[in-house]
Amino acid sequence: MIDFDYTLTTVVLGGALVGLLSGVFGVYALLRKQSLLGDTIAHAALPGIALVFLILRVKHPLALTLGAMVAGWLGTMTIPAVVNRSRIKPDTIMAVVLAVFFGLGLTLLSVIQKLPTANQAGLTKFLYGNASTMLRQDVHVMAAFTIISVCAVLLFWKEFKIATFDADYARSLGLPVRWLDMVLLSLIVVAITVGLQTVGVVLMSAMLVAPAAAARQWTNRMEIMALLSALFGMGASISGALLSSSITNLPTGPSTVCIITLFFLISILFAPNRGLLWQWIRRRSRHGEITQARLLEELYWLEQNHEPRSHYHEVRSLQAVNHERIDRYLDTLVRQGWIERSGAGGIRLTSVGLRQVETTHAEMEGKELL
Amino acid sequence: MTKPSPSPILPLEVTDLTVAYHEKPVLWDVDCAIDEGTLLAIVGPNGAGKSTFIKACLGLIPTAAGRVKVFGKTYAVQRKRVGYVPQRESVDWDFPTHALDVVTMGRYGHLGWFMRPGKTDRDMAMDALEKVGMAEFARRQISQLSGGQQQRVFLARALVQDADLYFMDEPFSGVDAATERSIIQLLQELRSKGKTVIVVHHDLQTLKEYFDWCMLLNVRRIALGPVDEVLTKENLHRAYGGRSAFLRS
Repeated sequence: MIDFDYTLTTVVLGGALVGLLSGVFGVYALLRKQSLLGDTIAHAALPGIALVFLILRVKHPLALTLGAMVAGWLGTMTIPAVVNRSRIKPDTIMAVVLAVFFGLGLTLLSVIQKLPTANQAGLTKFLYGNASTMLRQDVHVMAAFTIISVCAVLLFWKEFKIATFDADYARSLGLPVRWLDMVLLSLIVVAITVGLQTVGVVLMSAMLVAPAAAARQWTNRMEIMALLSALFGMGASISGALLSSSITNLPTGPSTVCIITLFFLISILFAPNRGLLWQWIRRRSRHGEITQARLLEELYWLEQNHEPRSHYHEVRSLQAVNHERIDRYLDTLVRQGWIERSGAGGIRLTSVGLRQVETTHAEMEGKELL
Repeated sequence: MTKPSPSPILPLEVTDLTVAYHEKPVLWDVDCAIDEGTLLAIVGPNGAGKSTFIKACLGLIPTAAGRVKVFGKTYAVQRKRVGYVPQRESVDWDFPTHALDVVTMGRYGHLGWFMRPGKTDRDMAMDALEKVGMAEFARRQISQLSGGQQQRVFLARALVQDADLYFMDEPFSGVDAATERSIIQLLQELRSKGKTVIVVHHDLQTLKEYFDWCMLLNVRRIALGPVDEVLTKENLHRAYGGRSAFLRS
């Protein structure tokens, strides 16, 4: 059970910091199309953590985080270094760095397991994440890095934005884009390593990408996207941490990722404009409008070519829609008062419907579509 | 202290410019000197190095050899006098921002570190949008603009830079005939104010109507001069090879 005084506040605070950081920097990873980079960084950090522990033999929060950062950063910087000097593609070198560093990390962990110290057990939490073992000191370290990173984003907001949107143009203005990219990449490394203890190496990349991808669905403004992404990240991370603290043997990483996936699915489906449901409704209503217009048009031409003008037409003679669904459209048109039905099931345009068709024709002529 | 120069200071003076990608030369020993108030088209076949020429002038890609002088000095010193319109396809138009915000980016070079664009910057951006006929789309998400509208947003962004020399990489690509005309009018207006505009262009048919000068490029500089003098059968053949026959109908 949760100890409400200490563990709970620690877990909530830690979760909030992790969510905030990964939410904000996930926006950059997403917009720069570097979503998979997070996975490489997270896996590359593991040998750093293990090495620091092997040297110090204690779980010093700041030292472990710094170790993770250095290893993650080295792994990350390997990517442009190799890509710029060879014809190896980025995805190839990313996969190699991920596997090599992670393999090294696992090897070092197994060495640590065999050490005669009682202290080693907790290191596996970096694999799947365990928020409940977080200490206040951990939170302090996380808070310090969060403050630095968020300040950097606020200071360099316009520089990071233009370097992300249009790097060549930014360079033509004289901005040191290469340097800005380095700083931003390093901040992404910080965001990921800060989250490792609670979310874990294996699932950290989801924590980076999913909040940003969800946030993108709701807005077309980068500022709001960053804010929303931070909120989604915090929400998922806090509730994931609480969930894993109250269920025995449930690591924090999986529970957090399940919740953020839920956020993501809801956003993909229900967000206005970009959401799938919205798009589906819009497509359907547009389809309906077109079909109705075509039905009116057809009736109009039937009346032009038949005497007398007010003659009722058989539904069977209409070609605009297939006949299983025609009644629904006709009903709508009757409700709008554009057509009327005779007792025998025939249909014809009303005077309102006639005017409607003629207005459409006039509009189309105005746009030179006819 | 600067010595009085014997000749007038040219907006752009390029000597022996050579650029190579992976050991393959894309630009070879290109010289050019452009007078103030010139509307110059750079034409040539695909892969001729037209964009590369512009990027090399702007210091965006490393050069193997050569020197670029903008108003008598290096580009790095003069960049505030230079405006740039990159190729429209070079950015992701699904980026979460609106037209006005993109145009405001043209002010970033004048703003300096940490400074946020203020009201004056946004007003200038709005004016530029007005000039390209896009004022009503200021708050429109950029992915919801047509190709021609996106191109005009990029043009407005360059106008906000208030430069004396403009480089434009295919500003007419994906643009309808009416927009093309309004863009060329704008460029001619810039020229009449004494600005120099260098444009990568594709359509040989409109060359004479739109531009006064033309540089024919195919890795090497084939010809540079008034459009009439450059567009000879022989020059076109040297630039386009066998394809020139059907290009010049």
